[in-house]
Amino acid sequence: MSITADLLIDLEQMFQYQFMQHAFEAGTLVAIVAGIVGYFVVLRRSSFAAHALSHIGFAGAAGAVLFGVSPVIGLLAFTSVGGIGMTVLGPRASHRDVQIGIVLAFMLGLGVLFISLYTGYATEAYSILFGEILGISTTDVLVTAVAAIVILCAVAFVYRPLLFASLDEDVAEAKGLHMHMLGIVFMLLVALATSIAVQVVGVLLIFSLMVTPAAIAQRLAKRPWRAVVLSVTISLVATWLGLSVAFYEPYPVSFFITTIVFVLYLLVRFLQPKINPLKGGQAASEGVQGKQVTQPSVT
Amino acid sequence: MKTISVPVTGTTRPGIVNAENVVAGYPGLVVWRDASFSLDRGELAAVIGPNGAGKTTLFRLLLGLQQPISGMIKIFNETPKRGNPSIGYVPQRHVIDSETNVECLELVHLAYCGHQWGFHLSAKVGRRAALLALQAVGAAELAPKPLNALSGGELQRIFLAEALVSDPDILLLDEPLSNLDIRRAQELVQLVDLVVRSRNVTALLVAHDINPILPYLDKVIYIANGKVATGTPKEVLTSERLTALYDTHVEVIRDSRGNVAIIGIEDHHGDE
Repeated sequence: MSITADLLIDLEQMFQYQFMQHAFEAGTLVAIVAGIVGYFVVLRRSSFAAHALSHIGFAGAAGAVLFGVSPVIGLLAFTSVGGIGMTVLGPRASHRDVQIGIVLAFMLGLGVLFISLYTGYATEAYSILFGEILGISTTDVLVTAVAAIVILCAVAFVYRPLLFASLDEDVAEAKGLHMHMLGIVFMLLVALATSIAVQVVGVLLIFSLMVTPAAIAQRLAKRPWRAVVLSVTISLVATWLGLSVAFYEPYPVSFFITTIVFVLYLLVRFLQPKINPLKGGQAASEGVQGKQVTQPSVT
Repeated sequence: MKTISVPVTGTTRPGIVNAENVVAGYPGLVVWRDASFSLDRGELAAVIGPNGAGKTTLFRLLLGLQQPISGMIKIFNETPKRGNPSIGYVPQRHVIDSETNVECLELVHLAYCGHQWGFHLSAKVGRRAALLALQAVGAAELAPKPLNALSGGELQRIFLAEALVSDPDILLLDEPLSNLDIRRAQELVQLVDLVVRSRNVTALLVAHDINPILPYLDKVIYIANGKVATGTPKEVLTSERLTALYDTHVEVIRDSRGNVAIIGIEDHHGDE
């Protein structure tokens, strides 16, 4: 297959294959969901939690394969239990690192056990680790669609309280919101989003859809609603572009997706302060340079 | 404005906040005991005392986040409960995340409607209320600025707007002056005083150093040594009252401008 100058012909070429249609359908759903949930992950500084949940998902998928059920079931079960476990053990979002690590280590231990018990496992493990979007079935697309709808409805319902709690935990609590409950809802959202995103980019590369696009968006937009839209747009474009390039090039889709978002992040990180001098001041104050300037003025 | 404190028994005392013989703490640990005070509408009161004396504990009681071990504490003659819309709260906070690139207006807006579930397609009413609250603290021009670009004094204004946006009757401000230099602290106290007088709200302000706020205070709640002394600043800030409070000889000295210095205690507020 070779790429032509005519975009329409290229697209037609690509979509005549059912595996490409499925890849685009699932990829689109996952990109939307990951872009939205990712914004809250970045805002709550919970990227370690997202990272841990995806790895826990790997253990779950390994267990599911061992017991002969669909890996998605194992992913969902383990990430949900893991997410609830982390929140119960460490109620304050801001000091949860240790509890996340503890739950992660334990559940990865289970994963090791499952892998050692199952022998003919290598290819399945590889696809869970790095994603297997070109092998998505019609059922997988349906499961992804249902999960995506559940996540979107849940986010629409908890949007404002979750945003408030993420920005200002203490005041939100005083206003009567239950931090513990919101924390669990958030972790379940991440668990669900992770479980379906694994199909596209795999456990190891989940950050490329869940964290990087949202991190870019948060730098560019200071209204949450706009940042969410931007985050979704970035992950959508990266997924579509990645899929299209991978159709013509013999390399993995997840490699292209991760590279696209990383390059975008670098561009925004280093070009934005130059384009927007007003915001550049703040961006610089986060960096090493800014610290060197501000510290002496305090003392 | 200032009431003469008369010892009253019974539960039907007028006033916005009433506390009688409150013992506060956690199971197995009493933080302080025997606090009795009342606050009226439009009063500005300071909660002072050394670190760890239990100043924030008093706020947690008023916010309904914690229950007294014994005694009674009432707000509008009701037991404090979580999510009371008549309370505006500014928690003790030192930093806002340097990556939080969210505009100020949005934070104040969330303080207005962030406790509501579901989605509103139009945020017009809420954003208007948020802008009014920002205007009330003289921070309208900060509305579009991201939170991570603000100075300490500007942040405290935003937090005050956040507390004011639901149009509360009571303001609870936990150490709003910490991390501010003397001039910024003065400006903020004047702003709080202005808000208290113009909106006729009751404000409780936790402070480490009493002197910047002393001229504006109607009442003082002095927590130290597991005990609480309350009354007007003149009543509480005397050698006799503080000696009784600390169980050790304490002397209160006043300079010509009305500043007080409390001599005889090691962990005195002001030096950290």
